[in-house]
Amino acid sequence: MAYTEEELKKELETQEYEYGFVTEIDADTFSKGLSENVVRAISKRKEEPNWMTEWRLTAYRHWKKMKEPNWANVKYAKPDFQEISYYSAPKSKDKYESLDEVDPELLKTFEKLGISVSEQKKLAGVAVDIVVDSVSVATTFRETLSKKGIIFCSISEAIREYPDLVKKYIGSVIPRKDNFYSALNSAVFSDGSFCYIPKGVRCPMELSTYFRINQAGTGQFERTLVIADKGSYVSYLEGCTAPSRDENQLHAAVVELIALDDAEIKYSTVQNWYPGNKNGKGGVYNFVTKRGICHENSKISWTQVETGSAVTWKYPSCILKGDNSIGEFYSIAVTNNYQQADTGTKMIHLGKNTKSTIISKGISAGKSHNSYRGLVQVNPKAENARNFSQCDSLLMGNKCGAHTFPYIEVKNNTAMVEHEASTSKIGEDQIFYCNQRGIDTEKAIALIVNGFSKEVLNKLPMEFAVEAQKLLEISLEGSVG
Amino acid sequence: MLTIDNLHVSIDGKAILNGINLDVRAGEVHAIMGPNGSGKSTLSAAVAGNESYEVVKGDILFKGENIIELAPEERAHKGIFLSFQYPIEIPGISVTNFIKTSINSNLKARGEDEMPANKMLKKIREKASLLEIDSKFLSRSLNEGFSGGEKKRNEIFQMAMLEPSLAILDETDSGLDIDALKVVANGVNKLKNKDNAVIVITHYQRLLDYIVPDYVHVLNKGKIVKSGGKELAHELEEKGYDWIK
Repeated sequence: MAYTEEELKKELETQEYEYGFVTEIDADTFSKGLSENVVRAISKRKEEPNWMTEWRLTAYRHWKKMKEPNWANVKYAKPDFQEISYYSAPKSKDKYESLDEVDPELLKTFEKLGISVSEQKKLAGVAVDIVVDSVSVATTFRETLSKKGIIFCSISEAIREYPDLVKKYIGSVIPRKDNFYSALNSAVFSDGSFCYIPKGVRCPMELSTYFRINQAGTGQFERTLVIADKGSYVSYLEGCTAPSRDENQLHAAVVELIALDDAEIKYSTVQNWYPGNKNGKGGVYNFVTKRGICHENSKISWTQVETGSAVTWKYPSCILKGDNSIGEFYSIAVTNNYQQADTGTKMIHLGKNTKSTIISKGISAGKSHNSYRGLVQVNPKAENARNFSQCDSLLMGNKCGAHTFPYIEVKNNTAMVEHEASTSKIGEDQIFYCNQRGIDTEKAIALIVNGFSKEVLNKLPMEFAVEAQKLLEISLEGSVG
Repeated sequence: MLTIDNLHVSIDGKAILNGINLDVRAGEVHAIMGPNGSGKSTLSAAVAGNESYEVVKGDILFKGENIIELAPEERAHKGIFLSFQYPIEIPGISVTNFIKTSINSNLKARGEDEMPANKMLKKIREKASLLEIDSKFLSRSLNEGFSGGEKKRNEIFQMAMLEPSLAILDETDSGLDIDALKVVANGVNKLKNKDNAVIVITHYQRLLDYIVPDYVHVLNKGKIVKSGGKELAHELEEKGYDWIK
């Protein structure tokens, strides 16, 4: 049965009521601080096998010896890692009794996104409606996939049910000691998604974490593992497209993609965590490590729309190991008020005839700073590697900053690497032109920004693109005035 | 329709218009001519409400209402259209998308429903053919990489789509070859009726052979120094602007 995302959303809403209100207020939050015992306790909570506990502990021991990186072009108060609680059951963040208690500004945003009241309650974490774990939807959905042999479940479940796959691939693209945050994530990851597409199978639907509602509250240390076996194809959507007001200050997710020979993975993200208020107070630190490995003739495409978080540090990358493999990175990063984003990609060309494309669109408004940081590395054996990079920045007002840090390392003289960059400003003349045609200034900015971001928006699945456009509009509201 | 009363406008403190008086009634075509720097474009920008231009004194009444305090988009909603001398580029936004956004913004501001897609499409086809615009053109990014002629044609196309009560054509003839000029003028003439008005701003008399004005005004140093019928344009052509200085 082929479900469209829309149908599923509808079904989710109706099911929610059919099954009544199961309020699972979980008091089970670990006390603050991190130690080997806490890591063990997390692993135990999740009923993990021994090898996984040991895997986490190794990560923890590495992490303890590491220092938080500070090379990114962002300034923030370093989190105190002993002041964080490392395990909090997914549903314990509910604290509102009714919508009246929720920040009216947040509700306004929901309205603009066209989110139904029940959905609003869920996203804002209103206690009564938090039950969305509709068993029947999950089952229908799973049946469709399992007929094709596709596995799509939580990473915790995968560790128990498919240990061989997990053991083989977890940490294979992003080793535990890769960086400070990946080590931390490996030690304490709470949950996340696992996906396996068997040989030659084309996944019939966009896989979205949106469906995996029981995952919704587990964002803090999320772990995602996607494996596309030989000749398979999958399009994976990450993130819910409504601005979740998450109380977690620190987010350190790890996403690993494995594209075996002739496989293709399309990974799309819309990130809109709480960016902090207009004065730069609060907001999420989003330190994510995302990387994919491409075997022969395979392809990985990262598409991201980043509008949220106070600080973003994120470089979805591709290791082009196999000959003729392709890596793509399409990104829109918007920063407003006091937001800071340092984002980009790494394209590591190892195989022959490998190709990579980077299109990055940075939009800065308010007093924000937006940096593109990218590495294109062509290694000695990568004959005929090709890269094309384009980094465009759009500035609004005179108080924001756009920065570009492209690193290019070429160790093979058959390589062809192109880099283009542009910086433009939304002009008063553009806005006046729109105004004269009856289009108000907010809408004019949205129009100009959408035009600027079009090449990337076009890469998103249709429904995602529409919501992403709305998000761009919302995140830039009040940026000119 | 439009009454301009003793209008003084300055840019960055420098006086450009020094007491303009003008009366335009429905059904009329007015031409405003004058040498470079006489204030022609400032006048059009001030009527459209460009905030870079400071109205120091005077009033602009449109359909009996003083619009001096209104934002440019509010003036547009009331039916004022400016065909720009230098149309602006918006990369990534197609001509079709732009005009759709424009029409629907205007309808919404007037409290009406958005135009259904099929109706919009029909209208776009009709107006595009009137101005001999190729459908490929409609999918291109707004004014990006357009030739001078294409930009002007696109302005008149938008005017045709929006059907304003008052259209101000600022140097629409510049950058047009004679064939394009005829197409554009023909378009304007077909859109002309007893309920709307057109102000043609031009340096040369050439356009006025095709869009025939009821009145011609000569602007010099920010003031209307002479007004008359269409023959005034011919006189200017013969004698040059020195004649009125």
